[in-house]
Amino acid sequence: MTKIKSLFVSLLLTLGISTAIAGGHGSTLDVVKERGKVMCGSNTGLAGFGAPNDAGVWEGIDVDVCRAVAAAVFGDASKVEYVPVTTKVRFTVLQSGEIDLLARNTTWTLSRDVDLGLEFVGVNYYDGQGFMVPASLGVSSATELDGASVCIQVGTTTEMNLADYFKANGMSYESVPVETNSEADAAYTAGRCDVYTTDASGLYSSRAGYPDPSAHVVLPEIISKEPLGPAVRHGDSEWADIVRWSLNAMIIGEELGITSSNVEEMKGSKNPEVLRLLGVEAGYGAMLGLSDDWAANILTQVGNYSESFEKHIGPNTPINIQRGLNALYKDGGILYAPPFR
Amino acid sequence: MSTNVFRRLLFDEKSRSLIVQAFVIGIFAVFIYLLVQQTATNLDKRGISSGFDFLSMSAGYDISIRLIPFTSEDTHLRAYFVGLLNTLMIAICGCFLATILGFVVGVIRLSSNWLFRNIAYVYVEFTRNVPVLLQIVLYYSILLHLPKIKQAIVLFEGFYLTNRGLYSPLPIIKDGFSIVLASFVIAIILSIFIKKNLKRKQEQTGKQYPIFLINSALIIFTPIIFYYIMGMPIEFEIPVLKGFNFKGGMVIRPEFIGMLLGLSIYTAAFISETVRSGIISVSKGQREASQALGLKSNLVMRLIVIPQALRVIIPPLTSQYLNLTKNSSLGIAIGYADLVHGFGGISLNQTGRAIEIMLMVMLTYLTISLIISLFMNIYNKSVQFKGNA
Repeated sequence: MTKIKSLFVSLLLTLGISTAIAGGHGSTLDVVKERGKVMCGSNTGLAGFGAPNDAGVWEGIDVDVCRAVAAAVFGDASKVEYVPVTTKVRFTVLQSGEIDLLARNTTWTLSRDVDLGLEFVGVNYYDGQGFMVPASLGVSSATELDGASVCIQVGTTTEMNLADYFKANGMSYESVPVETNSEADAAYTAGRCDVYTTDASGLYSSRAGYPDPSAHVVLPEIISKEPLGPAVRHGDSEWADIVRWSLNAMIIGEELGITSSNVEEMKGSKNPEVLRLLGVEAGYGAMLGLSDDWAANILTQVGNYSESFEKHIGPNTPINIQRGLNALYKDGGILYAPPFR
Repeated sequence: MSTNVFRRLLFDEKSRSLIVQAFVIGIFAVFIYLLVQQTATNLDKRGISSGFDFLSMSAGYDISIRLIPFTSEDTHLRAYFVGLLNTLMIAICGCFLATILGFVVGVIRLSSNWLFRNIAYVYVEFTRNVPVLLQIVLYYSILLHLPKIKQAIVLFEGFYLTNRGLYSPLPIIKDGFSIVLASFVIAIILSIFIKKNLKRKQEQTGKQYPIFLINSALIIFTPIIFYYIMGMPIEFEIPVLKGFNFKGGMVIRPEFIGMLLGLSIYTAAFISETVRSGIISVSKGQREASQALGLKSNLVMRLIVIPQALRVIIPPLTSQYLNLTKNSSLGIAIGYADLVHGFGGISLNQTGRAIEIMLMVMLTYLTISLIISLFMNIYNKSVQFKGNA
């Protein structure tokens, strides 16, 4: 009988534990603070957006969102643990609480926002789906792609956009589905497909890694809206606010001309918004449950949006992307953060 | 009184074990119930929708490797069937090829030729000790490095080999083909009668007839003769290079070939060992006795050794078939659009219904495996000892 008793007790224990794991999400901020680091779901490797560099340190504009959140919460941008997630598991990993935020070139759509229990907090890169072809094919427009074989990463909005675009233009195609970015590169460079389609940012990033980047052209057609942004779990608005305003702080920093090198100097500024942002005028950090110098920490350690962009994907990097839509609203782009007051 | 009954129940070994078993099953049922309940509440709490209504929604993506027509406007349910058929196709082709290869290698491993024997030995040891996933990826990578579409290798007129697959002419059926087909069926039925008849004659007279030869000739030549009589009612559509790809004709994709090679070469290594052990299990005396009776060596194999070996071979062969079928889910690694890749991957991502879809996929594999087991068990019964031996 003792055997059965112990079996029963252990069963009860397992049940209790699984209930505790499943049920007990406290405040994400408290969990993060207690853990001492932010768990960040990142790309498995997309140069310029989220990938480890030669020294094994994660870099990219998506990675910078995670670093900004860590700087805001801990005053130390390095307190992040990166969890590389594929397109397939990213939402499940976030839902289950394994990561605190997902910053992994993920498109904000209605069904993801509503149906999957996620909360998108902003847009850190305005993207759109494009096509890349070898220059030797002599194709200059996506409308000339009738009958082509198209490599496509599975489990993304790209598949639906592709199907819709070819249908709308009365063209046929053969889809060659691949699981990851690197497999897509392999299939495309081997000539298994004529065209590689994904978000234009991803195309530029892939192209930078090819032996001869100039042998491939990204076609002018952009066939979808892909606002990429960080997402958190639905239902914890406090944490969502922290992530949202960490990103906004970087954008506002650029607007106000605050860079990682002039934060101290700007603390003596006459502009009241600068003083509020940098915590000289107290009270705004407390509203978020953070210290007053949270935004100053972000700007010192991570930099403003423009710095992050230029460092990882701008024209002076191998990725070579123009600001375009991602310029500030006053510079002809659509990047716009609500006022800091 | 009642305590007595209870005591007796408790101390009687049979009833006690029954009570304990019922108790354990009860706890297990409660456990499962609580698990399901907890999952449902958690999903609900996080605002994640659940249910099977997504099956009737349009899938929104295309699948290139398919046996039935499918467009992006078709439903997720149809995507499920496309995937299911692709899984069945690779499983059936794979089992077929693996069996043939496995039997050949198994017999070669017992051959007296040193070179052949050791080549087979190296093959078996290499393939069965390297993970099948790596082999699939290897074969696929090799296929990707075949010539590009513009430099296609011409195998025969109308047959082209490229890294986008093997293109071949597509037979298009015209009027009168049904008669050719009917003649084929009749030829098969006729051959069964001939076989029975000649067998009976052989039992009566002892004279042997070349049954196999007669019947093969009948089955092969009857439809050919009728094909010409009906004025060749099949036309071939030849693939032609137009724009980016070959238009027309048939194509076997490299994803399919890669899967087929990987799965069948890997599984054949195991099957060959099964076959070898089966043949060795037939005692030497059986062989010697049949040789003493004057049977030729191929007849010894066909009539004496193989039927007895099959009794040993079939049960482990069944589990190899099951393995191959389940391993076909690795198609995801190279983009073969099987059940896991299409429905279990793309549909899952579009709809977010992970639990529902995975349950469906798992139940499907379970069903396929049980059906294979059922048929193999029936076949196994037919090759076992009969009567009261």
